[in-house]
Amino acid sequence: MSDHASAMADREHRHPGLNLDHTDPEGHASAEPVIFGFWIFLMSDLIVFALLFATYAAMSTQGTGDGPAPAQLFDLRIPLLETLVLLTSSFTLGFVSLANKYEGHPRQAIGWLVVTLVLGAGFLALEYHDFSTLIHEKHAGPQVSGFLSSYFLLTGTHFVHVAAGIAWGMVLIVQQAVLGPTLPVKLRVMRLALFWHMLDIVWIGIFTFVYLSGVLA
Amino acid sequence: MSPGAVDPLTGLMNWRALVFVTRGDPLSVNHLVADGAAGLMLVGGAIAAGLMTVKGWWRPLWRDWLTSLDHKRIGVMYVALALVMMARAIAEAVVMRTQQAAAVGSPGFLDAHHFGELFSTHGTIMIFFVAMPFLTGLMNFVMPLQIGARDVSFPLLNAISLALTAAGAALVMVSLVYGGFSTGGWTGYPPFTGIRYSPGTGVDTWIWSVSLSSIGSTLTGLNFAVTLYKNRAPGMTFFRMPLFSWVTLCVSILMIFAMAPLTVATVMLALDRYAGFHFFTADAGGNMMNYANLFWLFGHPEVYILILPAFGVWSEVISTFSAKQLYGYHSLVAATMVISVLSFTVWLHHFFTMGQSANVNAIFGIATMLIGIPTGVKIYDWLLTMVRGRIRLTVPMLFAIVFMITFLIGGLTGVILANPTIDFVFHNSLFLVAHFHNMLIPGFLFAMIAAVQFWFPKVFGFRLDERLGRISFWLWAVGFYLAFMPLYVLGLMGAMRRTMEWQRPEYLPWLAIALVGALCLLAAFMTFVAQIAVSVRRRDALAVPGGDPWDGLSLEWSLPAPVPEYNFAVLPRVGARDPFMAMKREGRAHLRPEAYEDIRLPKNSPAAPIILAATFLTGFALTWHIWWLAIAGLVACWIPITLRSFREDHERVIPASEVRRQHEAWLDRVAALPAIRREDETGPRNRGRASSQFAGGQP
Repeated sequence: MSDHASAMADREHRHPGLNLDHTDPEGHASAEPVIFGFWIFLMSDLIVFALLFATYAAMSTQGTGDGPAPAQLFDLRIPLLETLVLLTSSFTLGFVSLANKYEGHPRQAIGWLVVTLVLGAGFLALEYHDFSTLIHEKHAGPQVSGFLSSYFLLTGTHFVHVAAGIAWGMVLIVQQAVLGPTLPVKLRVMRLALFWHMLDIVWIGIFTFVYLSGVLA
Repeated sequence: MSPGAVDPLTGLMNWRALVFVTRGDPLSVNHLVADGAAGLMLVGGAIAAGLMTVKGWWRPLWRDWLTSLDHKRIGVMYVALALVMMARAIAEAVVMRTQQAAAVGSPGFLDAHHFGELFSTHGTIMIFFVAMPFLTGLMNFVMPLQIGARDVSFPLLNAISLALTAAGAALVMVSLVYGGFSTGGWTGYPPFTGIRYSPGTGVDTWIWSVSLSSIGSTLTGLNFAVTLYKNRAPGMTFFRMPLFSWVTLCVSILMIFAMAPLTVATVMLALDRYAGFHFFTADAGGNMMNYANLFWLFGHPEVYILILPAFGVWSEVISTFSAKQLYGYHSLVAATMVISVLSFTVWLHHFFTMGQSANVNAIFGIATMLIGIPTGVKIYDWLLTMVRGRIRLTVPMLFAIVFMITFLIGGLTGVILANPTIDFVFHNSLFLVAHFHNMLIPGFLFAMIAAVQFWFPKVFGFRLDERLGRISFWLWAVGFYLAFMPLYVLGLMGAMRRTMEWQRPEYLPWLAIALVGALCLLAAFMTFVAQIAVSVRRRDALAVPGGDPWDGLSLEWSLPAPVPEYNFAVLPRVGARDPFMAMKREGRAHLRPEAYEDIRLPKNSPAAPIILAATFLTGFALTWHIWWLAIAGLVACWIPITLRSFREDHERVIPASEVRRQHEAWLDRVAALPAIRREDETGPRNRGRASSQFAGGQP
């Protein structure tokens, strides 16, 4: 009976996130609903991106109006650089998660979090440069055509998400420093990591379907 | 200030946007109706505020309600919001019916702009600020009790969802006095709602109110889904959950997936209007058909978000008042799930006439008809639950019976409309208006009113007056048939929806009957409110401290009425479906628990009311182009949440001894109550302890 009960408990306490079970069993149960809930939020957020992608797919082919087509605007150099910066930031955020999981030195987590956010800010700077070139030099702002409206909304929504992630990360740096690696703080970092990785996946979608297909078309 | 110029401090705000500042003849009926409505709202608000001050209710309102994170109180606030908004939307329906009946061969008394605002607010309010809060409030109250939980998984998020919905509702209410509303209908189709054809701020009010409410609903769906997956009592497996909890799960999943398309559509429309984007414009590669696509990608699942809670309510009501477990429980669960999935495959039937190929229309037409199958399964299951049951025709049961008949008629007209060739003829006619009211009034409104009758004693500890309930029921039922059956006929005669003036005299008799029906429905609503008021007065005579007035089956009936803030003194261990019925059968109901534990509950938080104010100001500022205020409001939303995350003491503890004292006092009280038989349950002897009499064995 007790074996059965503990097997039940194991099954019930398995949660879909970075597994805390071995390092932090008491935090495990409280992590479960929070992390699961955050996965659901990400799912709903991905619906938004899916619809923006779908709209872009339709408008980049049928909604160019009198304006330029994707092939006339995009090149791959800056987007490739943006991709590398963003993917590297995901990698460094992985070190934050590992530091929190194996209870490394608090400064380790904070340090990697700072590196991650700096890379995120670098990505935003590159993308801002990209937007500004499009609008001011190529005269291809969002008001030019349906295609450009959908381009700016898709990449702009991603931009706003990354910016929100940076703001959130800055609060968490303060919390890691002031409160230390307590369970609530660790769970927040874990959610930031999930959010950040999702944005990477979305960016890979943008790189593939917007820039790569745009240049190939 | 010249029109169009944006003042940096006050944006586009100007005195002429106030409804009382009239242009043209100030004594026209049109102006009197508009000023009267605005005045009524202001006077009503002032009377309410005065009453609160005189009675000293402000502090309790803040302490016990606005800052509370208790799912039961949040549920009650949702329903209260829904009822206030419903009063306005029903009144608007009556004004529109009066205009249409008065406008056969004459212009009637409203101007076109006002009429357009009326059908837009009526639809927007009924869907987003009556239906959504009503069902969310009901699920909020009932679901955690049914699955044996102390609260939802994220109590603060729950309060924030309510705040967002209330902020959206406040924007709509303010537009009654200041600025006016969209004339683009509740669906807000561009290009009409684009800046070129709707240059005022009405559409913007619509955009931000609907966006706030849709974000609130997404968060609600998330919260309820996590609660249902992670927060059930030990032994409460999925296939032991009451059907109302099952529909809550399905509705939550629909909310998570279906609200996002609405947000995307409204944000794109906003960018078109504010920043000159070309998503839905008629030029520069814009495509307004994508709006219809995105909107109904939300809109059709939304229909099932509205209908499924009703299916849960009917399942509970019919089994309780037939004194039987549900017939075909598993098939009801399966039918609910099938409907949820199919609801995502039919959105195109809202625009069969948009010009896609006949094959696409055929596929969506067939998918639409398929939904009739699981719905039919449900109707049969409910009928078979009644067979050989000990049926009592209480008010909720009367609603259930009228629902089954009426909903069937509505479903049949739906199958007619699902055929694209027929839809080409009936599209945008009053036949369609009759059809969807025929689904939503029995399939949503009747269910909510039945649910109020059914669960009210659980919420407040006293039953509702039975006699007024019956009068209200007959007015609702008769009013519905009088108001909407004529619209089928008018639709067949060629009358189009949203028309404010007619040239064909043969419409008049049908429009007159529909007006009588609308007045009947208004009387029904007023009787319903009177029923609540009278019951509050007679609350001592109607009290049911035992908590089980209807001989219920599920866990919520095992609790005191009103329910203590911690819900369960000791979390139940569930061994069967319909656990409270099983407990009563086995003589295990109201037993003294062996041990009590400390209970941890979330502390109150001012975050939600702050967010309500901040998001309302943001929405208002965006509508009126007051950019500094919009940014300030947006920042202010995050301040309470960020500050809160630096504190760790979010819970308070109710000691085990206190729980024991309260619970055992209640158990002693229950033991002293008379156990009443079913035939006495609407009489004065019913104090909430049932002498259990279930029909039949295990199904």
